[in-house]
Amino acid sequence: MSLTATLLLSVAVLVALIVAAGIFTWAERRLLGFLQERLGPNRVGPFGFLQWVADTVKLIAKEDAPPAGADVAAFRLAPALAAAPVLAGFGVVAFAPGLVVADLDMGVLFVMGMLALTVWAMVLGAWGSRNRYAMLGGLRAAAQMLAYESFLGLSLMGCVLLAGSFRMGDIVAAQQDGAWFILIQPLGAVLFFIAGIAAAHRLPFDLQESEQDLVAGFMTEYSGMSFALFFLGEYIAVLLVAALFTTLFLGGWAGPILPAPVWFGLKVGAICALFVWLRAALPRPRYDQLIGFAWKVALPLALLNLLVTGWIAVGDAP
Amino acid sequence: MSGLLALWCAAVALACAVLAVTRPVIVHALIWLVAALLSLAACFFALGASFAGAVQVLIYAGAIVAVFVFVVMSVDTSAEARGRERERLATGWRRPAAAVILVAVPLVAGLGVGGPALVAPQGTAQGSLGALLFGPWALAIEVASGLLLAALMGARHLGRRGAGE
Repeated sequence: MSLTATLLLSVAVLVALIVAAGIFTWAERRLLGFLQERLGPNRVGPFGFLQWVADTVKLIAKEDAPPAGADVAAFRLAPALAAAPVLAGFGVVAFAPGLVVADLDMGVLFVMGMLALTVWAMVLGAWGSRNRYAMLGGLRAAAQMLAYESFLGLSLMGCVLLAGSFRMGDIVAAQQDGAWFILIQPLGAVLFFIAGIAAAHRLPFDLQESEQDLVAGFMTEYSGMSFALFFLGEYIAVLLVAALFTTLFLGGWAGPILPAPVWFGLKVGAICALFVWLRAALPRPRYDQLIGFAWKVALPLALLNLLVTGWIAVGDAP
Repeated sequence: MSGLLALWCAAVALACAVLAVTRPVIVHALIWLVAALLSLAACFFALGASFAGAVQVLIYAGAIVAVFVFVVMSVDTSAEARGRERERLATGWRRPAAAVILVAVPLVAGLGVGGPALVAPQGTAQGSLGALLFGPWALAIEVASGLLLAALMGARHLGRRGAGE
């Protein structure tokens, strides 16, 4: 791909992601409303669809001031760090054959690294705000990231082993010959999904910002566009995890009749809906249960899954 | 082109490393350390070693420094603490700087003799890397893992003593 085409594609992906994140906030609120037997936002535009535009305008217009005693440099840096890595992570996602900004041979690892970097936003935001609730949220975020990132990587290694490549396109191609990896790697898929919820900091794994005990955790002191950037980062992280799940386990862009990017979007949308459903259905675990589950249950299971997959892959190899 | 990009990333990494050492507030130092590690990762990407780059981001910038954060977030950042740290930095830089010069001067001189050591971009095969790590270097890997296990048990021992009291 030429430089101009790459630049155009990256701008298009960026704009599409920001709009998609906005629409996702509206869709989530409507779906949550439906699941909780209430209406949700339904006033602005048809079915309340323009609610996210109204929210964006409101957030841009709001004052955005650091609290007294805050470390302004860290406080200002944190929201940018929340949004930038996940947006960069989409740079290696293959939406269709050849439709990828940077076809990196380590695509999956790159996305994992970008997801790991989002912890900095929370930790710096928490530390910079000089607020005890924020600080507790930041410490929780750091511990949770270490616990869940460890088996996030291990749970998807089975797919990488079967495909023989970290490149997104190769992994999708490997599933076109046989079955989707969700059928071959069901345990890996479940573990990856759990780790993905934690990596995107979504309920039930959002203890770093749980409203009931920490006000809003690391986001307590934020308002206006800084708050909006944190939100953008969170929703794009969900989209990124869903895109990764689609690529690794659901055959990526593959599907009959409809064009490839449409199939990719449909699958990502379905995974996002599952995220919202889980948010409505599940309570938060206690914090020690959360960390204990990651280290004592999920990590050994992910290692076992990798071991068995390795045996099979070596047995199949000539 | 990629050689220039790599040199630029290396210069940024060096500048960030200097800032990481000289900041009086430890969390700011950590931010610059992460910036230095990420610039190094960008350097790897520019040289075509994307596996090393991705692992650098994931393990160093993502995981290892996040462990530092645990300790560092509870460190005193009052005005007195900043003053103390500035005092230390005012005189304390001489010996480490001397050590760096002792190592860096022969290293740079050696590179200069050997000509420009920039590698042309090339694809990395994680398979051949794995074969190296688990073939000729298997013993080194095992020794390193033994060291990590010892560190883990040490940490567990220290932590348990606190809980029992």
